[in-house]
Amino acid sequence: MIALVDYGAGNLTSVRKALGAVGARFWTPTRASEIDGATGVIVPGVGHFGVTAALDDSWRAAILEAMERSVPLLGICVGMQWLFEGSTEAPDVPGLGVVHGCCRRLEPRGAANVGRPPVPLKIPHVGWNSLTFSRPTRLFAGVPDGAQVYFTHSYAAPLVSATAARTTYGAPFCAALEDGLVSGVQFHLEKSGDVGLLILRNWLAQVRVADDVHAL
Amino acid sequence: MLSKRIIACLDVRDGRVVKGINFEGLREAGDPAELARRYNVEGIDEIVILDVTATIEARQARAHTIAAVAREIFLPLCVGGGIRTEKDAVAAVEAGADKVSLNTAALRQPALITTLGNRYGSQAVVVAIDAKRQDGRFAVYARSGRAETPRDAIEWAREAADRGAGEILLTSIDRDGTKSGFDCALTAAVSSAVGIPVIASGGAGAFDHFADVFTDGRADAALAASIFHFNEHSVEALKNFLHGRGIPVRRPWHVAR
Repeated sequence: MIALVDYGAGNLTSVRKALGAVGARFWTPTRASEIDGATGVIVPGVGHFGVTAALDDSWRAAILEAMERSVPLLGICVGMQWLFEGSTEAPDVPGLGVVHGCCRRLEPRGAANVGRPPVPLKIPHVGWNSLTFSRPTRLFAGVPDGAQVYFTHSYAAPLVSATAARTTYGAPFCAALEDGLVSGVQFHLEKSGDVGLLILRNWLAQVRVADDVHAL
Repeated sequence: MLSKRIIACLDVRDGRVVKGINFEGLREAGDPAELARRYNVEGIDEIVILDVTATIEARQARAHTIAAVAREIFLPLCVGGGIRTEKDAVAAVEAGADKVSLNTAALRQPALITTLGNRYGSQAVVVAIDAKRQDGRFAVYARSGRAETPRDAIEWAREAADRGAGEILLTSIDRDGTKSGFDCALTAAVSSAVGIPVIASGGAGAFDHFADVFTDGRADAALAASIFHFNEHSVEALKNFLHGRGIPVRRPWHVAR
């Protein structure tokens, strides 16, 4: 059973809907201690990095313990940024720190304007942009290089050794990461059509493997 | 590269999709969920539901219409029409909207933009501006194009962005439903004035119109209704055309289905 962590960061309706569509069993724990029983953990999030402050020491400890039990972890959007050490969006709020590096604001450096002189980039980065894979990963099994997914964000994570896919908006940033059982996506896989659902299924396959191991 | 978005608008009244010309004379175009399903298969990038009569009849956007459309698609869904208070916006989000579009309510109470931005993040707050050419400027209209306001579209777009809007949905009242092309001058003026994405709306009638608004009009996304509803053109054919013109678009059938 997957723990979908609800810490008040916006609306989980579309994540719930996507989990239902791929046949995942999940619940929304109300206390950190309930994560004990999880075989997968999803940290969603939209909006401001500051809202992750609601993931206090008890949640952090519970999620770190789950990782020690080899429970797959998936961060989505701000939830992925939270896996890093922090973000300049809310410098006083620490991330979980399981991935090194700090998230920063996208820079509105000039971009092509389809055959016209460059214009400053719009921030937030909203819309469908393509993924370039750094290496083969479980998360993107069967997803073709160049597949497009839906982004909406103003801050982004740096390219790191765990980066599984990068996307370029002015400069390249970490669009997804995979490091062992830790995964994260900056884009909204729950709003990225069939490609998004395939990525979610791929992550779910890791949870099922972990389920089988636990059942032994 | 970031693609230019093609957005289908479902103007809904009493649970059915309708479409008018210059905001008048509504004609029925079908079931919202059925249309959303078809557009999803064709490769639409986003869906907007506007309850066209909601503001005038003081009715909230219907939660069941939102939920029925949300069930069909795994794409961004924006809902507008009758979002007058924070409570209305919460109801739309809880029914499945990813973004809410504020129009008359934002004009009456601009602080609502900031309130909702703080609650859901700027990416969830779209400010819709209905503009009409008037005495050499772009005048802003409220209440589904029925009430003139003293505001100028460019200045209002700037203020909305400053107050925390994540996108501007800019409709030309002059072009709405006419199929004579987007108002590229209006769109370019607003898009150049703000640092947030601008969705052009009103006037789509041919594929060239989309190419024009993405280049001359500097639009980040383009929204259309009737061109898609009545099966005149498919989203897929439009995107293939734009791709051929060198405009970046998402063509999901080229990579995965």
